[in-house]
Amino acid sequence: MNALSYRTYIVVWLGLVAFTILTVIAAGIDIGRLNVIVPLLIAAIKTILVLSFFMHLKYESWNLKIMLGVTVVILTIIIGFTFLDISFR
Amino acid sequence: MNIPLKDYTGAKIGMWLFIFTEMLLFGGMFLLYSVYRSMHPQDFHNAAEGLSVMIGVINTIVLITSSLTMAISISATKKGDKNLSTTFLALTILLGLVFLANKYFEWGDKFHHGIYPDSAELLKHGSGEVLFYGLYFVMTGFHGLHVLIGVILLSVMLILIINGKISREDYIKLENSGLYWHLVDIIWIFIFPLFYLIT
Repeated sequence: MNALSYRTYIVVWLGLVAFTILTVIAAGIDIGRLNVIVPLLIAAIKTILVLSFFMHLKYESWNLKIMLGVTVVILTIIIGFTFLDISFR
Repeated sequence: MNIPLKDYTGAKIGMWLFIFTEMLLFGGMFLLYSVYRSMHPQDFHNAAEGLSVMIGVINTIVLITSSLTMAISISATKKGDKNLSTTFLALTILLGLVFLANKYFEWGDKFHHGIYPDSAELLKHGSGEVLFYGLYFVMTGFHGLHVLIGVILLSVMLILIINGKISREDYIKLENSGLYWHLVDIIWIFIFPLFYLIT
């Protein structure tokens, strides 16, 4: 098994801290609807960083990645369909 | 010599399957939050103003850093560096406790102001605000429970490393515990903007 270098982890951590600061700054500026979209986008980027490096998903086999993909698709369907329902009532 | 059979791939897939169920569990709560927010935008805005962004930021940094120390601890185990591994695992546990202490003070402050589920003070507010704080206590509570379980789990792992039960040759328990800890971090990465930032 490959053990990632400590340096890689520290760089990823710096990225996570930078995105946290960025999202707080962005929240202080009034950009209308983007005030909801930007923080969620940043949260998604941070999640990809944690999944890829801290959880080693980048270095895992395809079957694990596909399993995660299926879970994300299921969640998207549940959330998407619920919103379709409440938007057109 | 009898060599015990080890199925690392199987163990890891099992852990990931559990993580998927956790994602769906919290996903359901995030869905509830989004729907109620879209139904009561003004109430959610007013209620979110009552939370301290500073405490949210501190706890985010604490959890992100604990993920770093966790990852380093696993790497150190794989490299056979027991001292570094135990030091960073102990740091991870400590940061988990710091997170819980912050949460304790944050909740304590809300209780002090009479804000808790079904409190007379809270019921004076709009129904959207009642929903916001209901979701706040359930979601941060569930998440805090996960942090607490993580702290206990990692403490057991620390003992196993010290006893030599987890080592360079056999580290899957530590690696799976690490996956759980990172998952708890990811959930917080979403709770933080939803409750503290978006107003």
